[in-house]
Amino acid sequence: MAVKTQEGAQLLTGGEAVAYAMAQIDPDVFPVYPITPQTPIIQTFAKLVANGKATTEIVNVESEHSAMSATIGAAMAGARSMTATSSQGLALMAEMVYIAAGMRAPIVMAVGNRALSAPLNIHCDHSDSMMIRDSGVIQLFAESVQEAYDHMVTAARIAEHPDVMLPVLVCQDGFTLTHSEEPLILTPDEVVKDFVGEYKIPLPLLDVEQVTTKGIFALQDYYTELRYQMNAAMEAAETVIADVFAEYSPLVGRPFGLLEEYELEGAERVVFLMGSTAGTIKDVVDELRAEGEKVGLLRLVSYRPFPAEAIRKALASAQEVIVLDRSDAPGAVPSLHSEMAAALYGSSAKLRAHVFGLGGRELVPDEARAIFAGEAPTHIALRS
Amino acid sequence: MKEVRWHARAGQGAKTVSQLLAEAGLLAGSSVQAFPEYGPERRGAPMRAYTRISDKNIRRHDPVASPDIVIVLEPTLVNEMNVAEGLSDDGVVLVDSNELPAALKGVNALAVPATKIAHDHGLKFSNVVMLGAAAAAGGIPLANIQDAAVKKLGKRLDADSLRGAIAEGYACLA
Repeated sequence: MAVKTQEGAQLLTGGEAVAYAMAQIDPDVFPVYPITPQTPIIQTFAKLVANGKATTEIVNVESEHSAMSATIGAAMAGARSMTATSSQGLALMAEMVYIAAGMRAPIVMAVGNRALSAPLNIHCDHSDSMMIRDSGVIQLFAESVQEAYDHMVTAARIAEHPDVMLPVLVCQDGFTLTHSEEPLILTPDEVVKDFVGEYKIPLPLLDVEQVTTKGIFALQDYYTELRYQMNAAMEAAETVIADVFAEYSPLVGRPFGLLEEYELEGAERVVFLMGSTAGTIKDVVDELRAEGEKVGLLRLVSYRPFPAEAIRKALASAQEVIVLDRSDAPGAVPSLHSEMAAALYGSSAKLRAHVFGLGGRELVPDEARAIFAGEAPTHIALRS
Repeated sequence: MKEVRWHARAGQGAKTVSQLLAEAGLLAGSSVQAFPEYGPERRGAPMRAYTRISDKNIRRHDPVASPDIVIVLEPTLVNEMNVAEGLSDDGVVLVDSNELPAALKGVNALAVPATKIAHDHGLKFSNVVMLGAAAAAGGIPLANIQDAAVKKLGKRLDADSLRGAIAEGYACLA
């Protein structure tokens, strides 16, 4: 009866889980502004700090724009800095997110993904993350509470790697994970501490021996070169993420990757998506496999950098790829759909795409079956 | 897998007991999941919460649509919505009420006088009594549910009252 992998597990929500990871990492500075469904993250973290579990300076600012601004300032000064947000908060922060990436500030941000207004909605989709897709931040998407926690533990190492030096967003589905209690195995404090290590960036602002300027002006002379360097850093991030995951994986006995391949062996039809809905699809894949259908799932963990080559390889024998975007793009095709079309360019695989789960309308197993069967509408569960 | 759906008004503690049932399931060695479903977040608005308990790892993240157990913490809700919607073939609806509301006639439903039982034990909230009933319906050992509740609520509520109220709710299903 006992489930083997649950040994030593405790029940925590996704919001609590990333807060515990943050407390174990004990960043120097955490400027933040509350927004649903990110609130359990900062509430739990504040409690942990108040109880002496971490020594972080929490800065209560007046908006998300200020939260990211303060996080950038602290990170550049030489302090390990983190923040957290959702939806409208990320929208207000967007200007500074681009600046964080452009200044190469190795910030870690926990995100509870939530639909953007209007109409006002507090539930999950990925449109907030999509809005800053070209900002130059790394975005990792979790399927479960455990994975959100594990991503949080690894994020600082990725962000602060000398070849990368970019912000990392640890994304989890709002409410579906942030407010959902699932069994979680915490990595021991000392293992997290050793794994994450000290915060060291080249030329911090407070290094008075080597005075530097941050937030520089670059016009026709150097702007192109600096943007090019960001591209190179994002490319390097693909290897760094894989390396950091490979180092963390044996410490906890769980596999990690930029992609997760599920039942791809001999799979003719493969669903491609991000986030917590992958769990529901896996159950349906198992059912359909038992019925003799050759179906599988390719789950995207690393949205940015987008591992196009690895995706192409994983789908080499697929006949049909079904992309599920949890965001829409009026007047164009949504992000995953267009990225997949580019990745598959020249391949003989057929490409089909759907939009699902907008504003928290969760995908149910019957809809997943209809998707595999090719009987689902473009917008899943659209009501007339 | 046992799937449980909780109906309540925000503020009645449905989220708490949905989590406590999961905690008890975890103590009993099962895989579990508990999550609330809000509309607009405001006190008094109807809300739902869900608990899943399984002997296999739970991966799905969709709301419970075919519950084996439905718990109604607020009896007036049965007049506002079909709380038995999607109830599985051998499923049961448990409602906090001294007698079965007319709206639940024809449904496999049982009235649990949880508010009365809670008051008898000096408790203001009946959710823990319904938790006891839910645990009995879900085959969770009484000791596990009592331990889970005392661990989480024991600082604010008298442990013996909690254990007593839960046991009496549990016994309603025995």
